[in-house]
Amino acid sequence: MGLVKNLFAGVYGFIESLGQSGIFLFQSLFRLPVRWGEAVRLYVRQVYSVGVLSLVIIIVSGAFIGMVLALQGYSILTSYGSESAVGQLLALTLLRELGPVVTGLLFAGRAGSALTAEIGLMKATEQLSSYEMMGIDPLRRVIAPRLLAGITCMPILALIFSAVGIWAGMMVSVHWLGVYEGSFWASMQQSVFFDTDIMNGVIKSFVFAVAVVWIAVYQGYVCQPTSEGIGRATTRTVVMGSLAILGLDFLLTAAMFGDF
Amino acid sequence: MKDKKAGLLVGIFMLLGVAAFIYLAMQVSGLAFNDKTQGYTIQARFDDIGGLTDRAKVTIAGVTVGQVESIEYDKEYYMAKVVMTIFSEVDNIPTDSSVAILTSGLIGEKYLGISIGAEEEVLKDGGELYDTQSALVLENLIGQFLMNAGSDS
Repeated sequence: MGLVKNLFAGVYGFIESLGQSGIFLFQSLFRLPVRWGEAVRLYVRQVYSVGVLSLVIIIVSGAFIGMVLALQGYSILTSYGSESAVGQLLALTLLRELGPVVTGLLFAGRAGSALTAEIGLMKATEQLSSYEMMGIDPLRRVIAPRLLAGITCMPILALIFSAVGIWAGMMVSVHWLGVYEGSFWASMQQSVFFDTDIMNGVIKSFVFAVAVVWIAVYQGYVCQPTSEGIGRATTRTVVMGSLAILGLDFLLTAAMFGDF
Repeated sequence: MKDKKAGLLVGIFMLLGVAAFIYLAMQVSGLAFNDKTQGYTIQARFDDIGGLTDRAKVTIAGVTVGQVESIEYDKEYYMAKVVMTIFSEVDNIPTDSSVAILTSGLIGEKYLGISIGAEEEVLKDGGELYDTQSALVLENLIGQFLMNAGSDS
């Protein structure tokens, strides 16, 4: 009996928090700028801390993942005598899957956790309530710029990730392993389509961005204003954000590439 | 001052994103904005295309002179109809040329190779190549080989 009750309470709580976070997202997105100049200034500052500061980790991991893919792909493909297909393998893997997904996971760890901790600390030190006392809507001033900055930065980061990965993989396979450069690019250009591969990757990273940033700012906004509560909210952002990315990736892949 | 520096770095970040997008579009997917893909279309019917795909290259003497636009099943002839675009500077393909489906390497991609004929008249937009040679299908090849081996003994 207690189990059923707990289960029911759990489902109820989940639906309730889903609804509340939905209202939260809606409110902070549609109550936008106070004044335009002010809004742009807030937005640029957030793009700096969410996007520019994530650039190093994205570029470095993109380069390493591209190089590893080239090595692994080469070692398998060379046993079939078709090592020039390493270009195709590299581009499709990065554009369709690894670009958006790995960028999303890194973004959740690097920027999502920072957003949650920052907003949580603002709440703990009562900065959010003092905004309210001054008659400034914290959703408008604190949450909305962060949401928008995160949502616009992630697709850019994913594009940079894929481009760096393909470039690094090209360096390894062409200049180190000796794949003929012409057939490397030819096999890639033959199989990569702009609308199905590149644009679907951009759509994927946009969806992941909305999920991660939404989870991050909501967790920060509703966390318990204690040091322990902020820690727990940060952990929850990374865990829930990563799981949401992987789950959404399956759904999106099934919808985009699932019909044969 | 700090805001100015942040603004500059954000601008560089956005430019990097645009550069990555253009790099992916042009170099990786081979999207071309120049008029190299402009040209005239010709078609050919094959008994068996055996894995030829859209955007496969069309070659003469091994040099790419166009690409496959579409492949569809022609109900009337029970054959595959392949429409291809030939670059407009290659405007002297004789009408009796033949076209074959070839494979680069053992398991490489399929492409079309045009062998030049002897006719004076050249192909125009919407023309058709009638002399076609289908893709080699391994099963048929093995079947023929077995038939020959059987009849020899």
